[in-house]
Amino acid sequence: MVASSSSWSQALVQISPYTFAAIGIAISIGVSVLGAAWGIYITGSSLIGAAIKAPRITSKNLISVIFCEAVAIYGVIVAIILQTKLESVPSSKMYDPESLRAGYAIFASGIIVGFANLVCGLCVGIIGSSCALSDAQNSSLFVKILVIEIFGSALGLFGVIVGIIMSAQATWPNN
Amino acid sequence: MYGFEAMTFNIHGGYLEAIVRGHRSGLLTAADYNNLCQCETLDDIKMHLSATEYGPYLQNEPSPLYTTTIVEKCTLKLVDEYNHMLTQATEPLSTFLEYIRYGHMIDNVVLIVTGTLHERDVQELLEKCHPLGMFDSIASLAVAQNMRELYRLVLVDTPLAPYFSECISSEDLDDMNIEIMRNTLYKAYLEDFYRFCQKLGGATAEIMSDLLAFEADRRAVNITINSIGTELTRDDRRKLYSNFGLLYPYGHEELAVCEDIDQVRGAMEKYPPYQSIFSKLTYGESQILDKAFYEEEVKRLCLAFEQQFHYAVFFAYMRLREQEIRNLMWISECVAQNQKSRVHDSVVFIF
Repeated sequence: MVASSSSWSQALVQISPYTFAAIGIAISIGVSVLGAAWGIYITGSSLIGAAIKAPRITSKNLISVIFCEAVAIYGVIVAIILQTKLESVPSSKMYDPESLRAGYAIFASGIIVGFANLVCGLCVGIIGSSCALSDAQNSSLFVKILVIEIFGSALGLFGVIVGIIMSAQATWPNN
Repeated sequence: MYGFEAMTFNIHGGYLEAIVRGHRSGLLTAADYNNLCQCETLDDIKMHLSATEYGPYLQNEPSPLYTTTIVEKCTLKLVDEYNHMLTQATEPLSTFLEYIRYGHMIDNVVLIVTGTLHERDVQELLEKCHPLGMFDSIASLAVAQNMRELYRLVLVDTPLAPYFSECISSEDLDDMNIEIMRNTLYKAYLEDFYRFCQKLGGATAEIMSDLLAFEADRRAVNITINSIGTELTRDDRRKLYSNFGLLYPYGHEELAVCEDIDQVRGAMEKYPPYQSIFSKLTYGESQILDKAFYEEEVKRLCLAFEQQFHYAVFFAYMRLREQEIRNLMWISECVAQNQKSRVHDSVVFIF
């Protein structure tokens, strides 16, 4: 058992690593979907209102909604990858340091992906709303603002990359 | 929290903000105004306006067209758009939109009371009222003899009731008292609106503070200039100035003692935003002052659209439309009276 001198650290290492892993998987999909939904409603409400006077903007501006949706898809992919990393270990080895490391790695991976996608979805949503309103007034602005959106959606991708690298080294002790 | 409105504004206000920005794109441009200024008759104006967004409202008008008809139909379009937005709005946007009407209500109340004083028919006065400022029981304003009755009979049920606390008196209504009443009501309304916007916070508070402060300062200057040479005492004049704005409190002290326009100019030139307005005046021409104030107002209103996720765009849009209707009225009057050389005296281009 890990040497510990305070009761808090003793309590933390008594929590099963499976708990941390499962919470990590839940956060990765749950919070990513939260970010995607938030971004979609921010873009969608502006798009609907602006399209009344300028119907031509609807088909082009669906790209903003698609970028937000991509954020949710990243969350699903990482959750599926993470849940394949969950393996059973015999109870004698459940609190080995290597076991704990695997549990914490999956947890961290889930948090990274979840929160990166949350802010990415928000970012893309707000820019998408401004993009729709500007496009309605002046159609040459659409492509320029889309470039900003593309940079914004790269944030979610960073989260996914680091999350996958993190989870790749989540190895449980051999049976 | 200022700066993070983008995250939650669109829940309730996103759709309406997009709609009001769509309406803004329908405002008349400089090219439209140039076409209108070159019209020879009112029918030409009607033809040019049918190509703009006013088309559906004007196309059914029969041929001997009057200036008042054009203005009435254009105002009707504004009222329709306002009502459409008001019915879709939730709190606090609906309260904000209601506040925009109170200024018109005050103008209508004063119109009817003045008209009754000069023995005009109530029906005729009701037709001249601004449609945004109508309320039930407005016709019974003609019955009141003094301010206390005015309040007790009619105004206590309207949203203007809280603004009356400062000017209830038993004096009979005459021209001077009516003007004082109008300015006192408007002062209370502006201060109330300002407090409401401060409570909303964020970008709305910042932009609306600027717009309302300009309004308060403009009214202070107009009150000063209009009361030069009348019996209004300095203390009464000072009581009519609002208690916010760039001129509060030191500018008001100086304006209260002004006796002619050059003293007003001297007081105002200490404030950089107003210095440019007053430098355009030569000596005592108040029409140029009005136009200069309108131009400055339009510039600030257009700036309100630069930022997203706040309510000031609604206020700015209503004011810009009203300015456009004023422009159309001026152009129509000049064309109808064959004074086309004076057309550019009072038209303020928005874009």
